[in-house]
Amino acid sequence: MNNEHQASRRGFLRQTGLVALAVSAVTLLPRMAQAAWNKTAFSAKTLEDAYKALGAGAPAESADIQVIASDIAENGAVVPVQAISKIPNTTQISFLIDKNPTALTAQFDLGPDMLPEVSTRLKMAQTSKVIALVKADGKYFTAAKEIKVTLGGCGG
Amino acid sequence: MGHPMKIRAASSNGVTEVKVLMNHVMETGLRKDASGALIPALFITDVTAKLNDAVVLQAQWSQAVSKNPYLSFKVKGGKPGDKVAISWADNSGDSRTDEAVVS
Repeated sequence: MNNEHQASRRGFLRQTGLVALAVSAVTLLPRMAQAAWNKTAFSAKTLEDAYKALGAGAPAESADIQVIASDIAENGAVVPVQAISKIPNTTQISFLIDKNPTALTAQFDLGPDMLPEVSTRLKMAQTSKVIALVKADGKYFTAAKEIKVTLGGCGG
Repeated sequence: MGHPMKIRAASSNGVTEVKVLMNHVMETGLRKDASGALIPALFITDVTAKLNDAVVLQAQWSQAVSKNPYLSFKVKGGKPGDKVAISWADNSGDSRTDEAVVS
């Protein structure tokens, strides 16, 4: 009687242990796939330092990347930008703003089913070049567009 | 927990276009309050988008993404009735996931 009880208790523990393992595996997987937030790159104050932190070296300019935004942003706090890459095997698109306190603003890692384009809204401290940095086949390419800002969006 | 996002996902010709409007202060850490004290940075650092439970897009953001962030992207596949899920996490450890059905 006692033995049987112990056996079933052990079985129960084994089962719950397995379930817990399975649950943690499922919840941990997506986290493992995602790279940790790149603090060095996001702290970089210049384009060169940001490129270095991203491992982009000195990216080549490419006519196959489009940066779509209006020429003048009335409100630097909300500047709509879109980047479209026509470079095959584009796996990553980042936006950098030359004259912001930190250059790198956003980095998008595209899965294989994604079309190579993203749109978002960024803050600009002042008139600056907005750069789309594209990673394709492990190489980096850029395109830039100058956007005039009449009211900065970083200070208060 | 954050506030709910607005997500729209529409498929046409085999491509699903997803538009997301998040609800977040995206505080830069550079602004000062009325007493002159710096307001600490509070911003979304990580975004993940899933189509039918498969990750299609991952993003890392800085404080220079605008308040109440907007994001749109296009992904191959997806048909009406499919599920789109968007998740974010911010630098305070807060996070949120919202879902929408592809139309």
